[in-house]
Amino acid sequence: MGALTDLDIARARDGLAGGEYSSETLTRAHIEAVEAARNLNAYITETPEIALARARESDARRAKGEALGAMDGIPIAVKDLFCTEGVPTTAGSHILDGFVPTYESTVTEKLKAAGAVMLGKTNLDEFAMGSACVTSHFGAAKNPRKGPDGKDLVPGGSSGGSASAVAARTCLGAIGTDTGGSIRQPASFCGIVGLKPTYGRCSRWGIVAFASSLDQAGPMTRTVRDAAIMLTAMAGHDPKDSTSAPVEAVDFEAALNRDIKGLRVGIPKEYRVEGMPEEIDELWENGASLLGDAGAETVEVSLAHTKYALPTYYIVAPAEASSNLARYDGVRYGLRVPGRSLDEMYENTRGRGFGKEVRRRVLIGTYVLSAGYYDAYYLKAQKVRRLIAEDFRKAFETVDVLLTPTAPSAAFPIGEKMDDPIAMYLNDVFTVPASLAGLPAISVPAGEDNFGLPLGLQFIGKPFDEETVLRVADVFQASSDFGSS
Amino acid sequence: MPLDKTTVRKIAFLARIKVPEGELDHLAAELSQIIGWVEQLAEVDTGGIAPMTVVADMTWPRRNDAVTDGGYAGKVLANAPETEEGFYTVPKVVE
Repeated sequence: MGALTDLDIARARDGLAGGEYSSETLTRAHIEAVEAARNLNAYITETPEIALARARESDARRAKGEALGAMDGIPIAVKDLFCTEGVPTTAGSHILDGFVPTYESTVTEKLKAAGAVMLGKTNLDEFAMGSACVTSHFGAAKNPRKGPDGKDLVPGGSSGGSASAVAARTCLGAIGTDTGGSIRQPASFCGIVGLKPTYGRCSRWGIVAFASSLDQAGPMTRTVRDAAIMLTAMAGHDPKDSTSAPVEAVDFEAALNRDIKGLRVGIPKEYRVEGMPEEIDELWENGASLLGDAGAETVEVSLAHTKYALPTYYIVAPAEASSNLARYDGVRYGLRVPGRSLDEMYENTRGRGFGKEVRRRVLIGTYVLSAGYYDAYYLKAQKVRRLIAEDFRKAFETVDVLLTPTAPSAAFPIGEKMDDPIAMYLNDVFTVPASLAGLPAISVPAGEDNFGLPLGLQFIGKPFDEETVLRVADVFQASSDFGSS
Repeated sequence: MPLDKTTVRKIAFLARIKVPEGELDHLAAELSQIIGWVEQLAEVDTGGIAPMTVVADMTWPRRNDAVTDGGYAGKVLANAPETEEGFYTVPKVVE
């Protein structure tokens, strides 16, 4: 048997069930791995005491024959955007200084109830706004892989800490959140699997809000099977989130039957963007032919409004953020910077508490929602958003799933694209459209660039059809043999 | 439309974010670049298109209009930077 940290969730589940090791042993191995990988800055808060206590509880349950299921005793990491009772929750921001939630988010509560062991809270772009995990108040997280010249690379963002933690084998899986690509793009950059479920599949209750019509929690793992196992534990209707979908619970792992014969896979021609590196184009074509070999049929489809998705997103998301972030007022929680008047106290607190990217987005959002500009920007963006969603709806009349690249490049060095917001935003050109339409989408490791850095491909599915997305991604991962542990 | 310094000062006040005077020019240029870039949406014909305000095409359950939570002021106030006798405190607003 190799190192316990080289397992995946499915194998660890079997090992725990077979009595090969205890959850405590498995958890200790991961706590040591977390400590040994501190140079990655993947964790903001480590919670080894909580982890060991939960591991022992899990072992006690198992000894009594009362094990809870696939996640029982499995050590995982949690993006520091999920509120966790009694454990500091920062959202990567100075403005939440000292905030210790008195409640637990629904998704982390469900994982806890399924027996999962929390190792710590992972680093992220401030308020999940970013594509490189460089805007965190707690410093940039690093990709475990180095650049060709030995430079430190970004892990992608915003769930960069979670992606780095999974790739560096400091946890068996992690949870992230995805608003415009924040699970999928870092998964691609770190060579792991990242799934953004359908909007409404996982409860948003207790997740620090960024853009409420787009935010979704999802699993980040080393295999597609593990993503299916984690999603099964995370998903489900929650009366505390009014946009949580009242749909039946699903065992997503049961959908992985390795059979995609006759599946119709759409290749959206508009995703072939100008200036895309040839190696990504090649990766995409190889991916399509691999699915063809497995019995699927690939069909070219058109998503005509693709090029407008990113500008639409950069109106809708900042508008919602400016509203959501209005709650950080220095009165109820977090940082407070005094002022002579109430307004001055607000201004001082928010001026000091928000980083530059968050400030940019709140100001953009305030502008596009302000009197005289609302129709020209916000309302226009909402109309284009409908056209983008309609494109997908029409495409899914003829195909079962779509195949696209996840990101337009591999991981880049820390410090790059910092002075050019739009260049940074372009990282999400392939992930944002599915977010706007609320569709499930997964990034799967698919190959490497010329320097050996990981690249992912993305499958996008119909609403609430994560089963097909996971099934095809599982077949793809099995036959491409990339990134499985 | 490019944003000038006065506009940025105004939206910074609307957002209650203090921006040092010396950063206004740079910020105006940055925000103008972003606004200029999103303005490409103007070329899309959206005549007769209703704005998308709901993401999923379904009806969500409604809950009863009843109080189902609360009664723990201490927990609610636990993270406040300053409290007094069970209340949040703010700077004096009435002279």
